[in-house]
Amino acid sequence: MGMPITVEVVDPQTTEETIDMVFDYFDSIDKKFSTYKGNSEISAINRGELTKENWSTDMKEVFDLSEKTRQETFGYFDIAKPDQTFDPSGLVKGWSIWNAAKLLEKKGFENFFVDAGGDIQVHGKNSKQKIWSVGIRNPFKQEENVKIVYLEDKGIATSGTYIRGQHIYNPHKKNEEITDIVSLSVVGQNVYEADRFATAAFAMGRSGLAFIEGLEGLEGYMIDAGGIGFETSNFQAYTQDHA
Amino acid sequence: MKGETNSKKLTLNTQDQNQTPVTQIPIQPTPATKSKTTTPTQTTTTKNPAPAPVPTPAPVPAKPVEQYRDGTYVGIVADAFYGNIQVQVVISRGKIADVVFLQYPNDRNTSIEINTQAMPMFKAEAIQAQSANVDGVSGATDSSIAFQESLSSTLSLAKN
Repeated sequence: MGMPITVEVVDPQTTEETIDMVFDYFDSIDKKFSTYKGNSEISAINRGELTKENWSTDMKEVFDLSEKTRQETFGYFDIAKPDQTFDPSGLVKGWSIWNAAKLLEKKGFENFFVDAGGDIQVHGKNSKQKIWSVGIRNPFKQEENVKIVYLEDKGIATSGTYIRGQHIYNPHKKNEEITDIVSLSVVGQNVYEADRFATAAFAMGRSGLAFIEGLEGLEGYMIDAGGIGFETSNFQAYTQDHA
Repeated sequence: MKGETNSKKLTLNTQDQNQTPVTQIPIQPTPATKSKTTTPTQTTTTKNPAPAPVPTPAPVPAKPVEQYRDGTYVGIVADAFYGNIQVQVVISRGKIADVVFLQYPNDRNTSIEINTQAMPMFKAEAIQAQSANVDGVSGATDSSIAFQESLSSTLSLAKN
């Protein structure tokens, strides 16, 4: 996926193999879904070289989940790009982080943190036996946090215009850039939910936060181009340090 | 008002097949920590109490957050995805003091039910620097020209 990945497992039985297992998983996902890699499955699909019956199980699942998400977001989440190719990375990131977390859970790990490109799933507690703390990056100043959220068995994802240029567009107005909001973070029961709805809500522009407000189990924090932060009604539950 | 309504949430037919029940389990004392960070080209491993790396401050030219002029501003009627939305913003001492929805869609032409009464007045305030002492950071990296452009574009009504 071409992004920094951080995996931190706190449990005492953690070994080098534990971390390798997670990285190997991300590696396998990258090989299938990277639109930057010519030899990936998604690139082959986009070149029209792979018929649907030959797709991997993961690919079929991601396309099914993408379609489901498209319907749940009034078409604002759409992996079909204007040039008729598919880019499912807006879903794959959160989906794969959540899968990696489930992999760790299945192996009996209880306290961990998985971060891929700024989208994060946490479980249990950190090495100080406290609730995991995650900063929300200042979109105007990369080294600064503007919010700190405290998460227990939750996921957080942030969509923004400031990563790799204008990478999110409004599928309903494909030629219009989204310029009035610069960052939208969503906290959810898992990073998969947070990521897909953050992506869709960001494409909605200012209405996106109202959309998040309306979704069960999700809270959001939006920063507009003027440097004003807006939060959904229960977002504050995550900003209190109750560790 | 914020947090006073329980019935505000919009319900979608979401079958969350990815949600697994999670149980709280007591934490072991003196846990070992392993973490590593990789980029497409590089892998590093750090052992023992290693919270996720916090980016070290880089000399980024700080663009000052623009102040807003005091007053009450009524936004345009924006065509949202399921109807029109119009908000009123009150600026006090250069900060957004209040945001009120003047219009919010209440049609129920799909399977979605929107409780308009419960539409919030979002808490809004100018962003402020917080502690950098965190386990991780959510957000995007790489500033870009697009970001610079977007920075200069909005809330023009209230700007000096």
